[in-house]
Amino acid sequence: MSGLIVSRRGLVAGAASLGGLILAGCDRLARAPSFDQILQSAQGLTYRSQRLLEAGGPLAREYAKSDISPVFKLNGTLVPTGDAYKAMADNRFADWKLVVDGMVARPLSLSLAQLGALPARTQITRHDCVEGWSAIGQWSGARLGPILQLAGLSGNARYIVFHCADNWGPGGDYYESIDLVDAFHPQTILAYALNGAPLEVGHGAPLRLRVERQLGYKQAKYVMRIEAVDKLNMIGSGKGGFWEDRGYEWYAGI
Amino acid sequence: MTATDATLPEVTAPAALAKRPREVIYRHSFVTRVTHWINVLAISLLIMSGAQIFNAHPSLYWGQYGADADKPLLAMQAFHTTNGGLVGKTTIGSWTFDTTGVLGASGAPGHQEARGFPGWLTVPSWRDLALGRHWHFFFAWVLVINGLIYMLFGLFSGHFRRDIAPDRDQLGPRHILRNIWDHVRLKHPTGEEAKRYNVLQKLAYIAVIFLLVPAMVLTGLTMSPGVDSIAPFLLTLFGGRQSARTIHFICANLIVLFVLVHLVEVLLAGVVNEVRSMITGRYVVPAERHK
Repeated sequence: MSGLIVSRRGLVAGAASLGGLILAGCDRLARAPSFDQILQSAQGLTYRSQRLLEAGGPLAREYAKSDISPVFKLNGTLVPTGDAYKAMADNRFADWKLVVDGMVARPLSLSLAQLGALPARTQITRHDCVEGWSAIGQWSGARLGPILQLAGLSGNARYIVFHCADNWGPGGDYYESIDLVDAFHPQTILAYALNGAPLEVGHGAPLRLRVERQLGYKQAKYVMRIEAVDKLNMIGSGKGGFWEDRGYEWYAGI
Repeated sequence: MTATDATLPEVTAPAALAKRPREVIYRHSFVTRVTHWINVLAISLLIMSGAQIFNAHPSLYWGQYGADADKPLLAMQAFHTTNGGLVGKTTIGSWTFDTTGVLGASGAPGHQEARGFPGWLTVPSWRDLALGRHWHFFFAWVLVINGLIYMLFGLFSGHFRRDIAPDRDQLGPRHILRNIWDHVRLKHPTGEEAKRYNVLQKLAYIAVIFLLVPAMVLTGLTMSPGVDSIAPFLLTLFGGRQSARTIHFICANLIVLFVLVHLVEVLLAGVVNEVRSMITGRYVVPAERHK
């Protein structure tokens, strides 16, 4: 009987130490950049599969007014630091201009009033944070596609980059990028209003990107400049966005 | 194979062998064995990386939306005590439990931090949502591809019909009740009965293969805004993205429960024989008990 108890204890101890070894092994693998590269190969598979199945450009679900979240959670930068932004905000963004440049034939500089006169769209959509929470809100804004056409987007451009006013410390200028499939998707807008009111500072005033088939960190707030490029490796750390440079997927469709 | 068999006492005792011929059957096909072990790897890492992802927002909701201002169904939170310590509290509906050290707040004494699941349950052990997602989506692809291979094999080889579907005689209420009673007494079938899965075992496998794992995959996909545009019916099916997240969590817990029971059954039924049968395919049929 004592033999049985010892062996049972041995079994439990063995299982526990085996578990510890597996955990330590996982941590070592997680720290190895070469192993992370293997894991990240799944990202390309996800991107290509979703783009293949999205042929025809289906819309993200749009909700009813009654589905709107009572409180739309504020996340990320709540107030951009720096006097330049504060001066613009104090002036209710009257002097603010959106710059559209890069690989375009006619660079643009658009005021909020000019943006408001461009083809617009209002949509009640769901915002999905990479952390797991969701909030539903009604966004109104200028459609990105017509703005790019107005600027004369070059046939060689492959990505649209959004440069933002918020900064997360040295080397921490927020930026984001999307491909042209999303750039010309009808629901991709530069939003200037949430739930019928001008965008609050916490939500990215005066302008934030809505790219409805991707996660929250793609929805760049405080957009100052839109740049058309053919590759992303010259911007930031080269991964196509602030969070992308910190390990998150460039394609955030899942 | 013979080398492995030789470790069994029956073979080393020729007298016993003469009295009671040892019957060895080929129990698990090659595809079953390979997909089983790939599943062990994929499901373990999916559970652990899933716990890492959950920790980024350790609250669950029902419906289309859910965030800090909305009422959660389940939440694992940390609260500061007056003496500077940290307590972990888990709330399910209107009940709150103190789960300090495991859920809500955990870590080495003096270095406790606010986190849903403890570090020993997550991959990587430190908090890193980005890495957790890399692991999760890689092994999600492994699970899906491996699962499809197994499903096609099970369907076309006759494995499902022959081994997994309950036989007609196993579905009688008396048989099922006796099988439940056998489980309660931890009594395992011997002789002819040991050559097929018992009815509760078959029902458990059916639930996991055809219900829990597909539900995991579908609720996982429902959380993807990209997939939601491709297949909006998923949102209707599960009642919203936050409901899908909650169902994903519940199914993950049920799979963990299945794995625990499965492991206990393997231990009770004879760990060497059972594990070997899942490696080589060969299974020694337990001799008929003396009546």
